Amino acid sequence: MKEIYLDNNATTRVDERVFEEMRPYFCELYGNPSSMHFFGGQVQKKVDEARSRVAALLGALPDEIVFTACGTESDNAAIRSALEVFPEKRHIITSRVEHPAVLTQCRNLTKRGYRVTELNVDGNGQLDLKELEAALDDDTVIVSLMYANNETGVIFPIEEAAKMVKAKGALFHTDAVQAVGKIPLNMAESAIDLLSLSGHKLHAPKGVGVLYVRRGTPFRPLLVGGHQERGRRAGTENTASIIAMGKACELAHLHMPEEAGRVREMRDRLERELTALIPNTRINGGGTNRLPNTLSIAMEFVEGEGILLLLSEKGICASSGSACTSGSLEPSHVLRAMGVPFTCAHGSIRFSLSRFTTDAEIDAVIKELPPIISRLRQMSPFGREFLNK
Amino acid sequence: MWDYTDKVKEHFLNPRNVGEITDADAVGEVGSLACGDALKLFIKLDEKKERIVDARFQTFGCGSAIASSSALTEMVKGKTLDEALQISNQEIADFLGGLPEEKMHCSVMGQEALEVAIAKYRGVEAPKHGHDHVETEGEIVCKCFGLTDIFLKKVISSNKLHTAEQVTHFTKAGGACGGCIPKIKELIAEVMGEEKKAAPERPTKLTNLKKMQLIQETLENEIRPQLWADGGDLELIDIDGANVQVAFRKACAGCASSGNTAKFVEQKLREMVSPDITVQEVQG
Repeated sequence: MKEIYLDNNATTRVDERVFEEMRPYFCELYGNPSSMHFFGGQVQKKVDEARSRVAALLGALPDEIVFTACGTESDNAAIRSALEVFPEKRHIITSRVEHPAVLTQCRNLTKRGYRVTELNVDGNGQLDLKELEAALDDDTVIVSLMYANNETGVIFPIEEAAKMVKAKGALFHTDAVQAVGKIPLNMAESAIDLLSLSGHKLHAPKGVGVLYVRRGTPFRPLLVGGHQERGRRAGTENTASIIAMGKACELAHLHMPEEAGRVREMRDRLERELTALIPNTRINGGGTNRLPNTLSIAMEFVEGEGILLLLSEKGICASSGSACTSGSLEPSHVLRAMGVPFTCAHGSIRFSLSRFTTDAEIDAVIKELPPIISRLRQMSPFGREFLNK
Repeated sequence: MWDYTDKVKEHFLNPRNVGEITDADAVGEVGSLACGDALKLFIKLDEKKERIVDARFQTFGCGSAIASSSALTEMVKGKTLDEALQISNQEIADFLGGLPEEKMHCSVMGQEALEVAIAKYRGVEAPKHGHDHVETEGEIVCKCFGLTDIFLKKVISSNKLHTAEQVTHFTKAGGACGGCIPKIKELIAEVMGEEKKAAPERPTKLTNLKKMQLIQETLENEIRPQLWADGGDLELIDIDGANVQVAFRKACAGCASSGNTAKFVEQKLREMVSPDITVQEVQG
């Protein structure tokens, strides 16, 4: 059975071109970039090239790029740094729909006496900037808001938020893990101080991330030890993966407009067809600006895990916003924060596409999903009531 | 993806007895959309109204909820109502070759639906359950899922649950905001206390063999589950008279507080086995 992989917001396939770029740096060019000899020096040059490629994608300067192990590390480093730089300030602002890398950290900080404001979102998962404005005060040390939501793809008005925060004298961080490579970003014209991204979301391997630190932003490292990354992140570089990250960013930079357009067309077709073929659906975040690759569709009276298991039987990989797949017992915190009714929240499925998604794969989902929903609704007491109306 | 047994997968992919019995003798319904799972169970009795000849179900829920419902309908066929009432949630899980602990509440839901159906048939008041999300007997402990202390104590006792996490897996209590977890821990302590009182008095004079058995049982049933809850563990290395040698494992190994843990183990063994026991931590 050939798999149809539509869970690209979880992770992506490493692009062959990316893999070829990193391959020599395991067994042939394995020098330590910090070494003084020529063998390490040639690796250092390649790491520098990767830094420039990442910077080009972000519209940033190479020395603003700090390589990390993952998006979570970047998020943690950004927030912890701000707290160390401004120890007198005790207020943090974030949103209720952040990734746990930010949300869990912020909630843990309340135990250390920090005041944390979690901004609400509306029914579309969109932020209200007036609420942010009202929450900001002189005690606010950092505001951390995601660029785009991993479940719904909803894009926050990050540039406006960053300007608002800067005017108030606080630092602004954004978790842009889902946005980078899918929509254009330009740090040169931005007010963002700190930005996180992750390699495996844009066809580089798992285990490499980046923290963008705007030049002049005060910074304290999370990891201390050696002088790597100009003292901002100690530890021997994950060299091959960093080189891969550079190549992945170069490819994203070159092909983003064409790819985003093609992926959006496929996503929109999937959305249109599923909505037409399956009664009682709603698109989570459908009324606002979204990433081109993400579709979160809620189907009433069925539970997400059952849908995923039956899709999996057909070779289709997707993700669910329901409780039972995640090990928690409530539907995802994102859908709950959006006020998605329970009738829909339990039956929410996320399809996330990539540059490798084909029209034939979209056709397969359009063919397979409607009978699955029909079967589960027939089995469900609520679905039967609805079908018998 | 959950690590489901082949039998769970088989019952999910090819559920037995899906649907309804239009002239059912008994119908039991538990759960809700808000809760995330619900089961409607239909039962048909023979002409003498003694044995169950048919059972069907409608389930809203995850893979293990559907598989548990399918298993339940297979298990009750041919049984009298009294025999069917004896089916425990653990037996439903066992029928399927086991369920992940996080999914045990699905088997509890099956047992509840059966109790409701039979009570309704007999014209007695249907028992109220956690999955009903209605005001039930007792004090509400978990506000998110509407679960009472009486219901939780019953599940804790019948499934011998030792940790709040286990209670969450079996009932969902504490699985949302988590605000009731301290109260759940109190209920566990209460149930354990009641069971201890009900347990036969420890004999005043233990033979060496009995003492060793009792030490092993206490370590397995009382002490290790508490260490697991914190990610730790221990291994019994040796018993020499009243001296018990243990080695700490997982998070307990090399823990700065292992001395306190050893004292806890010693106190528990003195309480449950014999007041002269000493516990020694060894490398092993």
